Amino acid sequence: MTRKASFLLLFLGYSLITVAQKDIQKKIQSQLILAEDGAIIELPAGTFYFTNTLSLEGKKNIQIKGKGMDKTILSFKDQTDGAEGIRVSDASNILLDGFTVQDAKGDAIKTMHVKGITFKRVKTEWTGEPGPKNGGYGLYPVQCEGVTIDKCVAIGASDAGIYVGQSKDIVVKYSKAYHNVAGIEIENSLNADVFGNEAYDNTGGLLVFDLPNLVQKKGGNIKVHNNNIHNNNYINFAPKGNIVAMVPSGTGLMILATKNVDIFKNKIINNQSVSTAIISYFSTSKPYKDKQYDPYPSAISIHNNTYKRKTGLPVSKDMLSMIVAKAFIENVPHIIYDGVKNPKLLDAQGNWLAGQCISIINNKNQSIANLDVEHSFKNIGMVNDSFNCNQ
Amino acid sequence: MLKSTIFAIICVVFSGAFMHLSTPKYPEKLSDWGIFEGKMANMQPKPGVVPYALNTPLYSDYAEKARFIRMPQGGSVPYSTNGVLDFPTGTLIVKSFYYSDDMQHPGNDKTIVETRLLTKEGDNWKALTYVWNDEQTDAVLDIAGDEKQVKFIDKDGVAQNVRYVIPNQNQCKGCHNVNDKMSPIGPSVSQMNGELTYPEGKQNQIEHWKNSGLMNNVPEHSAIPRTAVWNDPSTGDINARARAYLAINCAHCHRKEGPAQTSGLYLTENENEPMAFGINKTPIAAGNGSGGRLYDITPGDANASILWYRMQTTDPGERMPELGRNLLHKEGIALIKDWINQLK
Repeated sequence: MTRKASFLLLFLGYSLITVAQKDIQKKIQSQLILAEDGAIIELPAGTFYFTNTLSLEGKKNIQIKGKGMDKTILSFKDQTDGAEGIRVSDASNILLDGFTVQDAKGDAIKTMHVKGITFKRVKTEWTGEPGPKNGGYGLYPVQCEGVTIDKCVAIGASDAGIYVGQSKDIVVKYSKAYHNVAGIEIENSLNADVFGNEAYDNTGGLLVFDLPNLVQKKGGNIKVHNNNIHNNNYINFAPKGNIVAMVPSGTGLMILATKNVDIFKNKIINNQSVSTAIISYFSTSKPYKDKQYDPYPSAISIHNNTYKRKTGLPVSKDMLSMIVAKAFIENVPHIIYDGVKNPKLLDAQGNWLAGQCISIINNKNQSIANLDVEHSFKNIGMVNDSFNCNQ
Repeated sequence: MLKSTIFAIICVVFSGAFMHLSTPKYPEKLSDWGIFEGKMANMQPKPGVVPYALNTPLYSDYAEKARFIRMPQGGSVPYSTNGVLDFPTGTLIVKSFYYSDDMQHPGNDKTIVETRLLTKEGDNWKALTYVWNDEQTDAVLDIAGDEKQVKFIDKDGVAQNVRYVIPNQNQCKGCHNVNDKMSPIGPSVSQMNGELTYPEGKQNQIEHWKNSGLMNNVPEHSAIPRTAVWNDPSTGDINARARAYLAINCAHCHRKEGPAQTSGLYLTENENEPMAFGINKTPIAAGNGSGGRLYDITPGDANASILWYRMQTTDPGERMPELGRNLLHKEGIALIKDWINQLK
């Protein structure tokens, strides 16, 4: 065969592969549209390239099954249309199992208004150096009921790797998140059990947030236990404007304005700015207008966790970390509380009403600082003993 | 031997590429719906098929649109100012997307890309997309979406080449969605309160519908609300025109009942709470779409506003609207810039 001929064949082969990939996109999308109740859609092993979102809409009892994480790879690096890799909406009882979604231009997998959504052995990743041009969310159930995220992996999201927003009845377990701005985030969500996960090398390991101006107003009743949250010191690469852009690099766990949160038996290790932060929305310095929004954290219990960090200044240079550094130098406290309490939850003496207390007890290497944000940090200091609700 | 094996494999793959998938219940061809008479490409409506237009239409990559409604025999829609009209069961809404070869002389030679139908069955609307053939003799039902390369000369005489994306069936509902139910977006009383040329001559559309019995319970003309024409200052001030533009281009998702309710940004024309329509509002899940800006709208500073930034990018993860916009809408961008810059 002459060189010219083989070149031609190569060229022909390449254009045929491109056509074949378009064909696969059309084929899978058609399957998703035509799927009957109870259908199992099998994705073969291999890497497949898509230029548009794959969407599933208005379906019941559908399973989308790959041949395994890293075996079935859906790549969206050539995506020209659609704001997410996979989108599932207005559906019930959906299983996504055993595949990887790579390099979506927006969010990797968004599911909205789904009753019963399970992500199992699903990986979402942005390849290459993490940066602000990466998509916002990896696994992204929002306004869903009955969410299970099990043995999943999330890498490189410019907002949150695993993000559950405005949802109810949630389990996030045995999953891994790294090189995201936020590893795992539970936002404006009710009844979540988050356990057995590993969050590391993110800007912030695990966030529990309640934000204003949203449809589902109040999150709460959240358990975070037996997780390994370590070395979350990655530089914050979130695009400015997003709430996570204010999370200091070196954050282990952050609770923002959420109620009824139980944090126990976690290893929270080598998160060099703040192992655990409990803050009100006022500490974000962001404006809001929402009469139904409660900006204060309350009814929080932090117990039986193991804290450890290397000696040294906070790694972050944000204002809060600088203030902590100035006050405590290298002896950075593990737990910081901004001290802003909801006056409606206090008695005449300024003590918490029954059941509203913030309790921090029986943690290994526990050290607590109150930042006194309300009085411009005037009384900032260690407050080791005042977080036992039974006293 | 190897070569022929490869060829055989390629052939198998190829036969899959043109595999025909459609829902059998609906006509395969647009012509089967009996909407047009004469040469299909002329889009000449049959009796009972009424043309209509909107004061401020959705921008779709500079595509021109021909819109028609067919109500069942003797059908009439009750007058209502509460959003999209409540058409009777059996109504068919038809919208063709086409490009004049030279938009400086529109209508002469054109390419019709697709015709979208919304058909009301019982209480529910169903969306169907028909893609026109190259010969422009008919269009075929498509469910999985497609894209076409279309060339045209724009209004400024500049040659354009657009990668026109035909949405798949699920993506239709990405926009045509009110509380998870399929819904039309455009035909409301205030949007149709404007003039249109009928075979009998120019007439106000609402008057025409009233006189021909297509709409009932129509009040005095002066009492009928009217959406401003986004690019005609004689129809409204900059605030009215900008809000009309944002409403038709964004509010199908960005409303309390729409798919973008998760964002808390509501761009309906009657949203009066400044933070809800973006003023000094922080984004919720904008991700890379924030463009490094802090607020959806920073009054007086379009450049520092996420909303304006997202109109100016074609990156699928950042641009707004999410679908159907591969070309920047220069005139729309200018309008929203002027609007934000004069806000205090």
